Order: sequence, then structure tokens, then C-alpha cells
Amino acid sequence: MTDEQLEQRVNELFAQRMAQVEQEKTERPKRLALIASKGTLDWAYPPLILASTAGAMGWEVGIFFTFYGLPLLLKDLRTVVTPLGNPAMPMKMPFGPDGFQKVEWPIPTALQVIPGFNTMATSLMKQTFKNKGVATIGELRDMCVETDVKLIACQMTMEVFGFTKEQFIDDCTVGGAATFLEYASHADVQLFV
Amino acid sequence: MDGTVLSEDKLLDCSGMLCPLPIIKVSKEVKAMQLGQVLKMIATDPGSMADMEAWARQTGNELLDARQDGKTYTFFIRKKK
Repeated sequence: MTDEQLEQRVNELFAQRMAQVEQEKTERPKRLALIASKGTLDWAYPPLILASTAGAMGWEVGIFFTFYGLPLLLKDLRTVVTPLGNPAMPMKMPFGPDGFQKVEWPIPTALQVIPGFNTMATSLMKQTFKNKGVATIGELRDMCVETDVKLIACQMTMEVFGFTKEQFIDDCTVGGAATFLEYASHADVQLFV
Repeated sequence: MDGTVLSEDKLLDCSGMLCPLPIIKVSKEVKAMQLGQVLKMIATDPGSMADMEAWARQTGNELLDARQDGKTYTFFIRKKK
């Protein structure tokens, strides 16, 4: 075989292999890898919305729940929200006439530290979500489970904050940084929330 | 698709729901349908127009028609996958 023939053959094989790789890429489902690091009522939404939507679209999805995101796996889900240290949070009422609901209340920080304020803010936010037709965190999590989203609890966080596997929903697995990285290395979309 | 009358095999009303509920409900419904069947979905979520288009591209199902009438959005989807 001359050098010229050899080069031609190599090019042919290379083109074939590349086409094959492209084909494999379009055939396999897309994959989403998320890290959920926050567990408040507001911040629980983004990862669970993305995961449940991707799951519904037939994507492979994995969420790594770490640090304060870990309590989102608890059987007894109790997400709360605080306006304290959240100056961009719109403070509006979910009831009353339209004009009243549009009013933004300038709540002084000093008031936000009163015991019970978080409970009130949490119930107002939940009511707002309900009024607007947004799913609850529990519902979104159920949808994730239904669409086989891989829920990974961070082992290290469990040790640090004293959680046991029994406290979490049955559909989760336990893993560490390497587990997530391996999963994420084959993902088309990776996000840290 | 103006002037064309589309008929549906199934109707799904997602009025009053916000993202991602309409998309999730559509996915579920389409999964349970037969290939070639048509789903009509009604939504009031202003984001549903862009999202339904993306959903169709991602899932390989066909968005036959998407129209807005005031605050109501109507979609016709043919199951292809």
C-alpha cells in the first residue's frame, strides 16, 4: 500500500468512526446532572423543577443532594423560607383585592427576627405558589421519583449532620463526590444549585 | 395552520398551572397514547408557548399547532415517539 492509499484509507475509517459516534450521541438519551445544595422552600424549587421536567422528557437525570440540600430527601419534608438575609425577595400578600396583592411591603429587618416570622413567611409563600398553580416541593419530588430520577444523598453530609438512610425516602441512594463526578462526566448538562 | 380544523384523540386541560406542570402532564399523557394519536392541550401559562416547542424538539413528538387566544394557549401534539 502506498502512503497515499494508506492516508485515504485512514481518512475513510476516521469519517466512519466519527459518524458512528454522532449516531450514538443522538440515540442515547440526554443526561442532566444536578447538585442541590440548598434546602429552603424557595431554593428547593430550581433543581426539582429542572429534574422533573427533564425526567418527563425522557432524559436521564441525577441529583446529588449535599449540605443543606440533603434535607430535601427526608421522608418528613419540612421546607421553610426566611426573608431575613434575602433582600431581593418580593414581600407581597397572596390574598385580598388585586391592587392590594401588588403592594410590596417594606418589612424592616428588625421585624423579621421576631419568633414566628419565618412560619408566617413560609405559609404566605406556599399560599402564593398554590394560588398561581405551582406544584409543591413534595409533588415535584414525587414526579422525580416517578420518572426514575437518580436521587443521591451525600454520604459526607449525612455523617456531618447526623442523618441516617432510614430518614430519607426509599428511592434514594447514598454516594460521594466520586459517584457524582462519574455520573456527571457523561452528562450533557451539569448544574450546581 | 389557520383555517384547518384539527381533531384530537385526547384533551388535556392545564389551565391555571405554571411551569413545569403543563410539560409534565403532557409528557405523561403522551406516554399513555398510541403512535399517531393527537393530544389537544389547553394552558394559561404564558411560558407554555416556548416550552412546548422545546419539549416537542427534545422528545421528537410533533407540535401540529400552537395558538394563543388572549390568555389561553392551545396546542395540538401528534405522538411520534
